[in-house]
Amino acid sequence: MEAQLIDCGTAGPALNAVKSWRVGEVEIDATGMPSKELNNLLRNCMLNGTRHFLLKNICGQRYIGTRLFGLMIPLDIEIVGTPGNDLGAFLSGHRIMVHGNVQDGVGNTMDDGEITVQGRAGDVLGMSMRGGKIFVKEDVGYRTALHMKEYMDKKPVLVIGGTSQDFLGEYMAGGIVILLGLGGKPHLANYIGTGMHGGVIYLRGDLMPSQLGQEVEISPLDEEDRAILDRYVGEFLDRFPEIGMCKEEISEGNMIKISPISKRPYGKIYAY
Amino acid sequence: MRSYLFPEFQIFRDESACNQCRGCERQCAFGTHIYDPVADRMVTNEKLCSGCQRCAIFCPKNALVVRPTPPYYRPNEAWTREKIDDLKKQAETGGVLLSGCGSDKPLRIYWDNIVLNASQVTNPSIDPLREPMELRTFLGRKPDLLEIDDCGEISTELGPNITIEAPILFSAMSYGAISYQAFNSLAMAAREFGTLFNTGEGGLPRDMRAEFGRYATVQVASGRFGIDAEYLNCARAIEIKVGQGAKPGIGGHLPAEKVSSKVAATRMIPEGTDAISPAPHHDIYSIEDLSMLIYALKEATNYELPISVKVAAVHNIAAIASGIVRAGADIVAIDGMRGGTGAAPKAIRDNVGIPIELALSAVDRRLREEGVRSRCTIIAGGGIRCSSDVIKAIALGADAVYIGTAALIAMGCTLCQKCYTGKCNWGICTQDPRLAGRLDTRIASQRLVNLLTAWSHEIKEMLGGMGINAIESLRGNRDHLRGVGLYEWELDVLGVKGAGE
Amino acid sequence: MTERRVRREIHEKEISSCSIFGAMNRDGERFTGEGVTRAIANMHVRGNGLGGGFAAYGIYPQYQEYYALHMMFTGGNRQVKREAKDEFEAFLCANFDLVYDEEIPHDDEVRVMDPPLLWRYFVAPNKKGDEARLSDDDYVVAKSMWVNTQIENACVFSSGKNMGIFKGVGFPEEISEYFMLDRLYRGHIWTAHGRFPTNSQAWWGGAHPFGLLDWTVVHNGEISSYGTNRRYLEMYGYKCTLFTDTEVITYAVDLLMRRQRLPIELVSKVLSPPVWKSIDRMDEKARKLLTALRMVYAPLLLNGPFTIIIANQREMIGLTDRIRLRPLTAATKGEMLYLSSEEASIRLISPDLDRVWTPNGGEPVVGELSERGCQ
Repeated sequence: MEAQLIDCGTAGPALNAVKSWRVGEVEIDATGMPSKELNNLLRNCMLNGTRHFLLKNICGQRYIGTRLFGLMIPLDIEIVGTPGNDLGAFLSGHRIMVHGNVQDGVGNTMDDGEITVQGRAGDVLGMSMRGGKIFVKEDVGYRTALHMKEYMDKKPVLVIGGTSQDFLGEYMAGGIVILLGLGGKPHLANYIGTGMHGGVIYLRGDLMPSQLGQEVEISPLDEEDRAILDRYVGEFLDRFPEIGMCKEEISEGNMIKISPISKRPYGKIYAY
Repeated sequence: MRSYLFPEFQIFRDESACNQCRGCERQCAFGTHIYDPVADRMVTNEKLCSGCQRCAIFCPKNALVVRPTPPYYRPNEAWTREKIDDLKKQAETGGVLLSGCGSDKPLRIYWDNIVLNASQVTNPSIDPLREPMELRTFLGRKPDLLEIDDCGEISTELGPNITIEAPILFSAMSYGAISYQAFNSLAMAAREFGTLFNTGEGGLPRDMRAEFGRYATVQVASGRFGIDAEYLNCARAIEIKVGQGAKPGIGGHLPAEKVSSKVAATRMIPEGTDAISPAPHHDIYSIEDLSMLIYALKEATNYELPISVKVAAVHNIAAIASGIVRAGADIVAIDGMRGGTGAAPKAIRDNVGIPIELALSAVDRRLREEGVRSRCTIIAGGGIRCSSDVIKAIALGADAVYIGTAALIAMGCTLCQKCYTGKCNWGICTQDPRLAGRLDTRIASQRLVNLLTAWSHEIKEMLGGMGINAIESLRGNRDHLRGVGLYEWELDVLGVKGAGE
Repeated sequence: MTERRVRREIHEKEISSCSIFGAMNRDGERFTGEGVTRAIANMHVRGNGLGGGFAAYGIYPQYQEYYALHMMFTGGNRQVKREAKDEFEAFLCANFDLVYDEEIPHDDEVRVMDPPLLWRYFVAPNKKGDEARLSDDDYVVAKSMWVNTQIENACVFSSGKNMGIFKGVGFPEEISEYFMLDRLYRGHIWTAHGRFPTNSQAWWGGAHPFGLLDWTVVHNGEISSYGTNRRYLEMYGYKCTLFTDTEVITYAVDLLMRRQRLPIELVSKVLSPPVWKSIDRMDEKARKLLTALRMVYAPLLLNGPFTIIIANQREMIGLTDRIRLRPLTAATKGEMLYLSSEEASIRLISPDLDRVWTPNGGEPVVGELSERGCQ
């Protein structure tokens, strides 16, 4: 079938980069395309009815997905390459799948939707995230889930296949973080949960007490915890079948629950 | 001779609230309040009042108000009420006017004219409640470089260094000037918090040496009170006291009233004599003599303790400090003109010496210019009142600060300046067992620890605001300071730009 | 007679926020600047066009025994620049033996802002009298400091052997084009920098990399301990004239690695030490060593967010601050080592990578010339 070059209302070189094989689907070659031009293109396509995007040769373009607000229907965006910082920042309800690694700021203040990463992620993953889900197959960097929050039934979920670096869950106020430690590397993160006052972190593996922030404690899992893990670990494995493990194998590992001691960790330090 | 002086303080008693419990009579050692059994009311002799507020704070009915008497001569900017009354006192007595505490005169306070930086946009602030923030400080001489062999062993000789957990130390206040209870509270607080207290020139009582020696800087002053080999070796540091900010150039004088038997035993002088510290050390008439004493003390302690030299901030302080460092001292302690004291002639207290802010800046700059700044630690003192003063002192070049007056205020002192009478109603500056017994060492030491804890938190907040997470990165870092309302020459001496520059 | 009052310093400190990149062939094989130019250009949005620069090693094989001094002569017009050049050359002849000199080749068609007169000199020290007791390196450092403080409008911006810095006011890809780095030079280490300065001073000397002898540093971040670091380094004869944080990093590296001969593993523990809580938990030997390092070299602790790439003829080193406030991605592919502010730039020039990781705060990534490379 001949690929149809489509006019998405933008002028310039971008025109030749856009192809469509089926109605509602668009393939974009983003070679040399600046972030703004790419995001303009995505929005125009969205407004013209595109529901599935395949973005190729992505290299450092930022804020992919951020411009696609206002539509009630979730879009699917597949990315081949290495997206730039703030992928899915303020994302409001679409599904992004990345075939490769991602950089810093993924899911920054994300409200809804889903991001799946077939590789590793950088720093401040899921910062201030307030809804939706992110699945990362391998390791993540510093300050993951910083100030993640929740309200009523809007609870964000972050599932990471590998390990994290320092300040995991810093200042967390809600949401669920699951760190599976697959791949055999030990957990070396320090300051886990420092400033945490809401939400929960489940970590599969071993930790020294000195790795935890002052505001958190370790407690045993209850039925509710196991149900949560069962559900989200299952969703994680569905997205990364190449891992070749099943839920039972994963739950045989040592699962630690880290949660805040108090909602007001700093109540006592002020003199009135 | 009849006195021509009005009382310094007026006392108002709410007669309807007062129920003649005689608490004020018991609290006041000056005899200001007397119960008149015939009239069944309290009678006040205002002339005796020192304004220490003990009675007003302890009155269960809040019936007392103690206020300074308003100026009652015709207003005169040159002949203030204080000048007139001081003169009259001298006419009546022919004596030298004494006072306690530090200078209260309105010379410019540079701390209040310096403002701090904060990070915005180009550099993140750091939140000390969640991220590491380090105040650990080392006192002592540092080598210029470290030689490390292939096995990872250090081959350079490291001079003795003391670790303290925050850059704040208790300044020298001698047992004799202050009560045993106050002295003990300082020792207990230093131990609990992780810093040092300073024995001052009064020695360290034997019963405290085993428990508190490791938290003490012991002083070797001109009177050489209480010094023996055990005194020197039980301590963490030794300080040669050449001068203090409150009374540069003159010696110390502990009146006989305050030389109780225990004080006498600690100082090793006869009970009931005046304890006099001569003005100079009589074996230090020049800088090489100081060097000799420094090394004598190092010998006496097997080179295991850092030796500090404490001087008052005077005009040539930069050159003096340079000399002290080259003489072999590991620590230079500079006491500014607002430093406190138990007793000093008022004329010296208020007129001699320079402010610590200017002295500190000059010394830090001179030592760096000469390339010897690493050879010593600078401790600055003399009117450090709050945590922001501490931070500004560090930014101007100090490694740590000494607090004296601030520590006493934490224990209850209200700066009534009558320390030399020995009648401190708060139990701090007295040897009268009835008064000293009022100070509960557990509570007083807890108040001191609270003070250090609160200041440490505030310092961490301010450091974090500047984007700094280790105190050593602020030391001498004047770029984080700006002056407001200062003259050009003052900015030059401080080495600080004006705000907006 | 009263002495003149010492005036306080009024200069403005530049703030460096930007993008950095480094590439090294550990076998010593040399490559052109084309790849690193594309990589740094990919991070175009991290800069604002007011500074870009490159350092390259192994580029002057025919003059590798001589110090290659890169000079910029600034000033309002051509006449002023010429005068500065003349004054400098008089100084040069008195203190060095000159082997060869020429204008640094550049493409005038490329749009850059107000370029200075750029010249390079290949020299050997000519030490006289007391100076004979200085090593060649110390001599060159002292003379460079002198030129930068005493000769107006003249600035030594590169002073190593068989290496050179190319920098100026413009986007880094524009600077690369201006100096024709993709075709005129081949080196085994290249570092690059794109700048986002927060005042609009358009001064070529302010761009990165900053160098001394064959040390170069590119830097992303702001050093909040700058005032403390600078005052300490001044005690050792380093004059901070370029008003950038990066300057103190370069001098600190020269002091610790060249003059005091500490290895990079320990130097990184001075610049970016672990926190006391971690040190207190280590075994006794490590605890003693790290405590001594922090105590003695406290004024060289670099506080504030930073990622730096330090390079010399044999090493390329990436280091971040102790709590990793600035990003650094490292990657390897065969003999190539890459360091970058963003992974995408590495993927652009090397889509397949053997290993990709983000190092921990305070832990250096070190690339060294293999034995083969050293020949």
